[in-house]
Amino acid sequence: MMARAAFLVIAGIAVAAALALVLRRNTVHGALFLVVNLGCVAALYLMLGAIFLAAAQIIVYAGAIMVLFVFAIMVLIPGKEETGPDPRRTWRLLAAPLGGALLLELILLVVGRTAAPAPTGAAPSDNVAAIGRLLFTDYLLPFELTSVLLLAAMVGVLLLARSREGSAEPQGAGPEASVRGSAKPQGSEPEASLR
Amino acid sequence: MSVPPAVSMFIAAFILLNAIVGVVTYITLLERKFAARMQSRIGPYYVGWPHGWLQPIADAVKLMIKEDIVPAPADRAVYNLAPLVFLVPCMLVFATIPFAPGLGVADLNIGVLFFLAVSALEIVGLFMGGWGSNNKYALLSAMRAVNQIISYDLPFIFAALVPVLLTGSMQMSAIVGAQHGLAGWFVLYPVIGQLAFVAYLIAALAAENRVPFDILEAESELIAGFRVEYSGMKFALIQLGEYAHMLGTSFLGALLFLGGWLGPGPAWLGPIWFLLKAVFVFLILTWVRWSFVRIRVDQILAISWKLLLPATVVLLLATGFVVAAGGGRGL
Amino acid sequence: MIPESWYLALSAVLFTIGVVGVVIRRNPLVIFMSIELALNAANLALVAFGQRTGSPDGQALVFFVMAVAAAEVAVGLAIIVAIFRVRQRLSVDELSMMRW
Repeated sequence: MMARAAFLVIAGIAVAAALALVLRRNTVHGALFLVVNLGCVAALYLMLGAIFLAAAQIIVYAGAIMVLFVFAIMVLIPGKEETGPDPRRTWRLLAAPLGGALLLELILLVVGRTAAPAPTGAAPSDNVAAIGRLLFTDYLLPFELTSVLLLAAMVGVLLLARSREGSAEPQGAGPEASVRGSAKPQGSEPEASLR
Repeated sequence: MSVPPAVSMFIAAFILLNAIVGVVTYITLLERKFAARMQSRIGPYYVGWPHGWLQPIADAVKLMIKEDIVPAPADRAVYNLAPLVFLVPCMLVFATIPFAPGLGVADLNIGVLFFLAVSALEIVGLFMGGWGSNNKYALLSAMRAVNQIISYDLPFIFAALVPVLLTGSMQMSAIVGAQHGLAGWFVLYPVIGQLAFVAYLIAALAAENRVPFDILEAESELIAGFRVEYSGMKFALIQLGEYAHMLGTSFLGALLFLGGWLGPGPAWLGPIWFLLKAVFVFLILTWVRWSFVRIRVDQILAISWKLLLPATVVLLLATGFVVAAGGGRGL
Repeated sequence: MIPESWYLALSAVLFTIGVVGVVIRRNPLVIFMSIELALNAANLALVAFGQRTGSPDGQALVFFVMAVAAAEVAVGLAIIVAIFRVRQRLSVDELSMMRW
């Protein structure tokens, strides 16, 4: 009973944060709501006994992905996105019925089907070793491929983020220099353009 | 004595939290005294006899009765929540640290991973403070903090993984258990141990934003960094969180490299040994803080990406070879 | 014990919110965050399935999804920043051309 109440509370927070992310205009608040949502999902992993995944979720999402988002938001401060009326409002409103249809379909499919097979018992809570063994035996090839993918992504990002040849930005400067370079044109009215 | 587990956990957490707040309060006095001695001063002296031992209490009371100011253009919700969001992960890191065999809130089998994960959350509160203040210094500071924390998280994790690899477990009590015996501490492990400890200390300095890596609160450039606009209790919470995180990192360092609660004497001396070792690590960090000058932003990033990260990766690789060759202390 | 269908229902709701977010928002950053939302919903479903079978395969799969998501975010944000440097604007409606 306690567990169900806890689940409902966490699920409620997760859904509310997700809705707030999608419906609010402020990008920074959106990023913070995303953190809340990811934290709730981590808590649900804990309830499912996936303790390793919960920690990995926090490290990867809160520690890495969120930091990237926050950094991008700060670099893109001068961007005036989503201001003024939406020229394609009618088209976007179509998303509501379509989303409702998708939700209905998913629920029917997923909840209807899982009623059939009976659960064979919970996963052991001490399964970190099991995951590790699995990752380095059965899933060794995908694991190595993931590392290659990450390396490729890193090289690609370096290439994309590098300032172009012959631009005004100083060559060989660290990330902060390029960040400042792109933020400088709006420097005279920084607070006004923040929101 | 049939106490429900929820209640006993709550009591344990309550006691631990208060103990941490107490230790953190007095560790600030220790740091001030230590710094003063390094500079041939005496430090706080007048509040409380002898040697100003009431000074931290006086500071806390002063901060509590100060006016709480919220800047008019601030993003109120974010600004007000930031100190709490900053403080909670800093306190949560203590959850998995056992202070003696069986004396801790939760000795998880992924204890070290939990510590690293939770301390990664700290950046969220820092960013909220920097952004919510709507102050250009605070924002610049938050930006630098994000920059620096991306750069130093990885070396920190890699350095902390060396003892984990040698033990073959991420459970903190298991790591301490592997350091029994004469010269059993991992800092005394030939070559690898010392290098890992040094890397850990450097990365810890950067992760705690201390001099020489304190660009995000460089007084001469950014006044006080992301907490420029904070006053009163909120400022106190941020300071508390920062020192609690330092203390947590010191405890982790003492546990990973200095054998945790192991030491001569009866078993009940264990927590005291552990505390002394943690304070020792803290004093090393303080010593560095008061001896070096601040280095530039690009130098900080260059040190991390070009020196510390490759070095720790090689170190981890070497540790892997050592363990594969039978040098580990696995279970 | 919480029934598995609860997790799946929550996963479906979060996934739908993510998809709707991708469709209705103009800011590429928010669209990215919505994609993360949908990915997380899928992860939650995977872990819930894994709990039913009692095997750690579902969790291993989630681990890979996280790694791929990290790579995706890094590349995507770099592209957004690169586009922003050229355009000084951020709206997916204006990015319909496949060149600049």
